Amino acid sequence: MNLTAHARQRLYIFALVAPAFVVLFGVVVYPFFYNVIISLSNMSLRHIKDWEIIGFGQYVKVFTEPSQPNFYMVFLKTIIWTVVNVVFHVVIGVFLALVLNQKEIRGKGLWRAILVLPWAVPQLIVALTWRGMFNYEYGAINLMLTQWLGVQGVQWLRQPLEAFLAVIITNVWLGFPFMMVIALGALQSIPHDLYEAADIDGASWFHKLRHITIPLIQPVMVPAITLGTIWTFNNLNIVWLVSNAGEPGDQTHLLVSFVYKAAFNFYRYGYGAALSMIIFFILLAFSLSFMRRSNVTQNVYS
Amino acid sequence: MVRGKSATTVRLIASYAVLVLFSIIALYPVLQILNISLRPADRLLSTSLELIPANATWDNYVKLFTERPFFTWLANSTFVAVVVTLTGVALASTTGYAFSRYSFVGKKVGMLSLLVTQMFPATMLLLPMYIMLVNLHLINTYLGIMITYSATALPFCIWQMKGYYDTIPVSVEEAGRIDGASQLQIFTRIILPLAAPALVITALFSFMSAWTEYVVAAQILQDTDLWTLPLGLKSFESNMGSEWGLYGAASVMVSIPVVILFLSLSRWLVSGLTLGSVKG
Repeated sequence: MNLTAHARQRLYIFALVAPAFVVLFGVVVYPFFYNVIISLSNMSLRHIKDWEIIGFGQYVKVFTEPSQPNFYMVFLKTIIWTVVNVVFHVVIGVFLALVLNQKEIRGKGLWRAILVLPWAVPQLIVALTWRGMFNYEYGAINLMLTQWLGVQGVQWLRQPLEAFLAVIITNVWLGFPFMMVIALGALQSIPHDLYEAADIDGASWFHKLRHITIPLIQPVMVPAITLGTIWTFNNLNIVWLVSNAGEPGDQTHLLVSFVYKAAFNFYRYGYGAALSMIIFFILLAFSLSFMRRSNVTQNVYS
Repeated sequence: MVRGKSATTVRLIASYAVLVLFSIIALYPVLQILNISLRPADRLLSTSLELIPANATWDNYVKLFTERPFFTWLANSTFVAVVVTLTGVALASTTGYAFSRYSFVGKKVGMLSLLVTQMFPATMLLLPMYIMLVNLHLINTYLGIMITYSATALPFCIWQMKGYYDTIPVSVEEAGRIDGASQLQIFTRIILPLAAPALVITALFSFMSAWTEYVVAAQILQDTDLWTLPLGLKSFESNMGSEWGLYGAASVMVSIPVVILFLSLSRWLVSGLTLGSVKG
């Protein structure tokens, strides 16, 4: 009797989990290991059927190939991209959440709906529309610069630095609402009596921010920031579409667009697979160290 | 007292100023899309900053609906997005529940691998999957693209559902058990309705990612008859050429359902996302 109940229980769990595991095995686990094999091979458009295992040659190539741009430049750019984006997302997002969360503010729902728009519009459309807005002659950005500020227009999309800046501006715009929504949720969960107690003690606004608000939203923000960092590091859409596949002259690449181009425009499958693995390990190392360090800040309530 | 009041007034004025400023920043590119879609053919490229173009016209929409295969793309996109969403919700709601409530062999490894997949660069699965699809002759098929979309969406969906189930007290289930409900009944009649916010969020994310995805679709769907909306939309863009107005109209049509869904569900978004990440 007891045994059958136990067996039934096992069967039930199995039935719940099995379908997803089968699917995940087919679409995640198997391709992952296949990617490992490709990364150790010479597979390319020329060697699509007659490929063979060549060892770590592709990995060595990633680090040593004198391509223009090379791996280190793209990596550096990716780090700058990630840090700048995440900092702006968090600062703007938390700031707007704090403003919006004040009890005197009227029409909260409406403000929030407007401010969340950049997240709601599909990334493809965001990217292509901003690309249009950065157009030298007809783009809204340059028109504003010349007509309102009387400044010379900027060649946004034809110079490496400006193009990189254009990509960053687009991504900052679309990314702050995520952090704002998360921060709003976190702020709403802070018990009101904490602030009332602080008020009785005569705490200043800044004091309350530093000693109540920030520590208490941290447990929610840290996982969101980790996720945001990973998403930003790996965001292919914006850089690919705003810079039109890395223009000018492949100068505007992040690691993820660089590897996409190698794999799908230059058909360098082995190289692309190896570079994918390297990007993955970079992110894995980052996430592990970040989460380990932030564990200290967990459980503030208890 | 008086000083406190005026300080509050200043703070409020500053707050509204901030909200107005950021609202303009958030709205402007969106209005720009509307503006492009309403431009007459002879003013596609204009150096005017007016919000509604002079001689605004619906021509681009008419042309999009009558002269371009917009409705074919719409049907294609809807089909792909609905299948991906249903698969995602069905698999994530059951698996997430098992991860939340039971212990079984491989649970810890499973949870960790789900998280780890979020660190894969886009090409990590796309490249091997692409070669697999070529070998299986699934390039240019919906099956091919739906498999690929599930791969990207499913891990996050499971993680999200698991996080939400964790917030539902076990006592709820015990109460059901005392009333004589079976395990399956407890799951379908008690837990799933309670998890409605997370189900909605999971569905929204799956739907949106499939509905708006371009980069993967561009590799897998090469036949124009099979194109989804994003592929059609991108074909109009080509560096602000003669179809820039069509691009605007198509963008508006693609965005409207997503934005409406997003805004109407944004109340649930907060609870779904934050709970998921806190208890994750």
